Amino acid sequence: MSEGLTKTAARNIFFGGTIFFFVIFVALTAQSHWYIVNKSTDAATLTDAVARGKKVWEKNACIDCHTILGEGAYFAPELGRVWIKFGGDEDPEAGREALQAWMDAMPTGIEGRRQMPQFNLTDQEYDDLAAFFAWVSTIDTQNWPPKPEE
Amino acid sequence: MKYQTQKLAYPYFIAAMGLFVAQVLGGLISGTIYVFPNFLSVVLPFNIIRMIHTNALIVWLLMGFFGAAYYLLPEETETEIYSPKLAWIQFWLFLFGAAAAVVGYLFHIHEGREFLEQPTWIKAAIVVVALMFLFNITMTMLRGKRTVIATILTMGLWGLALFFLFAFYDPANLSLDKLYWWYVVHLWVEGVWELILAAILGFLLIKMTGVDREVIEKWLYVIVGLALFSGILGTGHHYYWIGTPGYWQWLGSIFSAMEVFPFLAMVIFAFYIIRKSSRNHPNKAALLWVMGCTVLSFFGAGVWGFMHTLAPINYYTHGTQITAAHGHLAFFGAYVMINLAIITYAMPHLRGMQPYNQNLNMWSFWIMSSGMVFMTFILTIAGVLQVHLERVMGMNYMEVQDQLALFYWMRLGAGLVVVLAVLLFVYSIFSKGKEEQATIN
Repeated sequence: MSEGLTKTAARNIFFGGTIFFFVIFVALTAQSHWYIVNKSTDAATLTDAVARGKKVWEKNACIDCHTILGEGAYFAPELGRVWIKFGGDEDPEAGREALQAWMDAMPTGIEGRRQMPQFNLTDQEYDDLAAFFAWVSTIDTQNWPPKPEE
Repeated sequence: MKYQTQKLAYPYFIAAMGLFVAQVLGGLISGTIYVFPNFLSVVLPFNIIRMIHTNALIVWLLMGFFGAAYYLLPEETETEIYSPKLAWIQFWLFLFGAAAAVVGYLFHIHEGREFLEQPTWIKAAIVVVALMFLFNITMTMLRGKRTVIATILTMGLWGLALFFLFAFYDPANLSLDKLYWWYVVHLWVEGVWELILAAILGFLLIKMTGVDREVIEKWLYVIVGLALFSGILGTGHHYYWIGTPGYWQWLGSIFSAMEVFPFLAMVIFAFYIIRKSSRNHPNKAALLWVMGCTVLSFFGAGVWGFMHTLAPINYYTHGTQITAAHGHLAFFGAYVMINLAIITYAMPHLRGMQPYNQNLNMWSFWIMSSGMVFMTFILTIAGVLQVHLERVMGMNYMEVQDQLALFYWMRLGAGLVVVLAVLLFVYSIFSKGKEEQATIN
């Protein structure tokens, strides 16, 4: 370290720099907040059902096995686009049925396969969860995840 | 031990060790489920045990930080802790909250955002605990000497409490939720926790090496400056793919790439100070943990973080075992090891003994570190393979996981080694050393 740097100078650089970067960060957060609300997500389709569906997602701690937009545990598949995988983008009714059929069949109990618990969701909860997955699949994620099959 | 109230650290360290054991046992069960997927699948599903594994980690690290603060602040400020009674109330409330959370998890009482699964009333209790603690240490600071170490530590602890408040904001918009969720998670571990880490590190180095405080304090400012200048905008490396604007791919890449520098500075700082040391401190084990902490946090947080932080790479690695590899070594190197360092240093003082069980403790250091490093290597290889098969070749998630079975077996083995080393560590600090018994007789 340079002998020329005094402790007072180091302290001033630390406090000044921290405030400087934090102010920039808060400003960019505000801009990102605006961008999310107006550009990358669809406020018009964020219905009460989607909000309730997010609560179903949280109540059952899905994120402690799955990831959503890449965040969560890595024990079970990513679900950001599960709605599209179940065909819900083309036929919402079929997508919702596929989701329920899948979850009703759990746990499979097959030896050597990872087990998803039985969450005993109500019909209403299935509707809401489907709405949540449908809405999440429309988020502009800068083309993540990579789709090598296409 | 010069001050009576330093004893307050003792219950915190004991509780921390209890939760540490719970945490690694949770990890061992999770690792077992990876290779025997039907194990406990109905009574204790993976999501519950994973919650216990991560939450117990966070809580015991916090217990350790609180204990460290009560231990080092009297010596730094040259005054007793303002209110020992409040510290005791804080301790029991926090321990009760932690125990209630874990028991509740077992009965599926939880919320569902990662790491913030605590029910709201427990989150509120955590805030009350934090306020009691901050009041106590701030009052202590105000009536004593305000050293740089005390200032940086207190600043880190205030930041910790403030950013936790974002845990109460849970908007229906998932992208917004994630935007602010990182205010807790990233600004903790890649922000204010680094201040706490650096302060404890500085304290231990002053005590054990006898190097001039002025030199150490100047370094400390440089280290925490590097940490926050890179770490604050480095949050951007979590804002690549969650619905946030594209400019974060540039900002996040540039600033988070620089997050390696504070950790590099810590390694150089610690080894430079130790070499300058004029003192031959009898607690060799504590010094070993200090050195190990700087080295493994440099690799775990610094190098392993850098490995997947650039946006074009992260596009492929995001949400794979690569993240798991990095997470394990970063938490271990930085925050677990600094806690074990201060505990190893403080225990003889707290128990009124000369340093004891040094060999056992150092064995636990080498075994635990080897286990964690091996686990990290294994998860990294698994991650690279997963990225290639899943993200490049386009194979199905579960098919890829089947391909990784061998690595999950090796990870379980590494985990078992770590658990044994943790038990050895706990035994070494709580038992009466052979040397001690000899002197007592």
